[in-house]
Amino acid sequence: MKMNNSRFNNIVGHIKRSRSATLGTIIILLLILAAIFAPILAPYDPIETNVEDRLMKPCIEHPLGTDHLGRDVYSRLLYGARISLTVGIVVVGISALIGVILGIFAGFYGGLTDSTIMRLVDAFLTFPSVFLAIVIAGVLKPGLVSVIIALIVVGWTKYSRVGRGSVLSLKEKEFVESARSLGVHDRYIMFRHIFPNIITPIIIVATLGMADAILSLASLSFLGFGPQPPTPEWGAMLNAGRPFMQTDPHLMIFPGLAIMILVLGFNLLGDGLRDILDPKREIIE
Amino acid sequence: MLDYLIKRLIQIIPVLLLVSIISFSIIYIAPGDPAMTLCAGPDGQVDPEYVEEFTKKYGLDQPLYVQYFTWLKNVLHGDFGYSYKTQQPVWDIVLSAFHATLKLAIVSLVISLIISIPLGIISAIKQNSLTDTFCMIGATLGVSMPNFWLGCLLMLIFAVSINWLPAAGYGDGGDLEHIILPAITLGVSSAAITARLMRSSMVESLSQDYILTARAKGVSERTITLKHAMKNALIPVVTMIGLNFGFLLNGSPVVETIFCWPGLGELTVRSMEMRDHMVVQGCMIFIALLFIAVNLVVDISYKFLDPRISYENE
Repeated sequence: MKMNNSRFNNIVGHIKRSRSATLGTIIILLLILAAIFAPILAPYDPIETNVEDRLMKPCIEHPLGTDHLGRDVYSRLLYGARISLTVGIVVVGISALIGVILGIFAGFYGGLTDSTIMRLVDAFLTFPSVFLAIVIAGVLKPGLVSVIIALIVVGWTKYSRVGRGSVLSLKEKEFVESARSLGVHDRYIMFRHIFPNIITPIIIVATLGMADAILSLASLSFLGFGPQPPTPEWGAMLNAGRPFMQTDPHLMIFPGLAIMILVLGFNLLGDGLRDILDPKREIIE
Repeated sequence: MLDYLIKRLIQIIPVLLLVSIISFSIIYIAPGDPAMTLCAGPDGQVDPEYVEEFTKKYGLDQPLYVQYFTWLKNVLHGDFGYSYKTQQPVWDIVLSAFHATLKLAIVSLVISLIISIPLGIISAIKQNSLTDTFCMIGATLGVSMPNFWLGCLLMLIFAVSINWLPAAGYGDGGDLEHIILPAITLGVSSAAITARLMRSSMVESLSQDYILTARAKGVSERTITLKHAMKNALIPVVTMIGLNFGFLLNGSPVVETIFCWPGLGELTVRSMEMRDHMVVQGCMIFIALLFIAVNLVVDISYKFLDPRISYENE
């Protein structure tokens, strides 16, 4: 436990030294706080419609205006942060778990196991991820769960590649050899000795993966394959605002800005972490 | 080289098989009877007689593996089935959509290179200056920007507000007027990635010994940058074209849908909405094959561009 603590402190210390990582962390923390405290921060209900107040320009009562059903855009954006962050965390968490386990197996055992898993990765990578996600989310019933499943199916491959690559470079190290010669069980070596050493590259890929997942969720919702109305999802909000583009561009501009800021936060943090933790860019790319 | 080629081709076979299995099984992950899924229209109405006929015709009452091999045999013979909606052969529909996508992808690629290469070079020469910081902030913003947002904003500005360009559509066979906005939308995010790659590759290339030699000889900075450093720095960028192509394809469902561009992305989205699964399946296989082919060509051309690379250890 103590070791983990020092590693954590180390990462925090590193983040402070990188401008882009600091900025990214601040953006992400602010948006996480906004999502957690959405019920307190939001002046209006995100779903309840109020036709009298429809299509209002930004004003004092409605800082970001209202949509075509009279719902407060600012309140909806706050609740939307919850959806984007939750989907991001669930998708990245599960796909990293699946990907890393398969990657470690592939790298550790080599041979047929390795080629089977890696050819599977190659096959999934031949489909552009948005296409595959659209097809999966479309065949299942469009909705939040379908999008999560679709994004996991397209997301796990990158973690396998990183996991496998790291294991291959560690496999020949003395500490693994000595554990082996002592007759330690394979699974114990993989998850007790090798796994802690590949956490760093996985964290970097996962941070950039968050940006990717949030952007893909927004794309799928924009196309109508995501959470259905009246869910305040950012991509879906933007799409709903399209018909009013000419008269009420704020309906389109603010949800897009929200998506961009959150994605930017994770990209900045991911890039910063990569520069700090993997300066030679050996593992990723 | 020939050994490498054969090895790559052999490696592709299992990938192709897996790709076909994935495309085939897509229909079967849909809840319910696959025949119903394939026959059902947009409103979910199914004619039981048609389902029965369809089940017989496509052998849907046979075991799964038999169905798979029958399907694979048909696909290998170029028979991708027929669209439920229009009764046209899937292959024809996909091919004409590919035509539109290819057009858009090429123009986007050109736009993306025109933006990214100069930016990357300038950033690298003026490393860590204010200009460099600005370029790289721009690149990070470009990667983080949702393409549908950018597309809508461009449409709002150039088509709705100042009426310079048509808002959407294919025009007369995809003319220049109609292609500009979607191509810029699609090109920006890949330009952002390429600019960053160009910068790091240029920085590396400028730190090589031969650049020092050229400087010692008194070659002008301009010649050094444009002739000596840029040539080598472009190599990784060229390999990126394969990746870029994947990137452009990936953006196409969203961008093509916004601008009503009748390409593969729009076709997939529209067919998915209409539950025209045969067409969706056709799109998937076509795109996968395209992607495999592009990457193979890029890998091989890499070898010609950079003779230092050896494939012995691959």
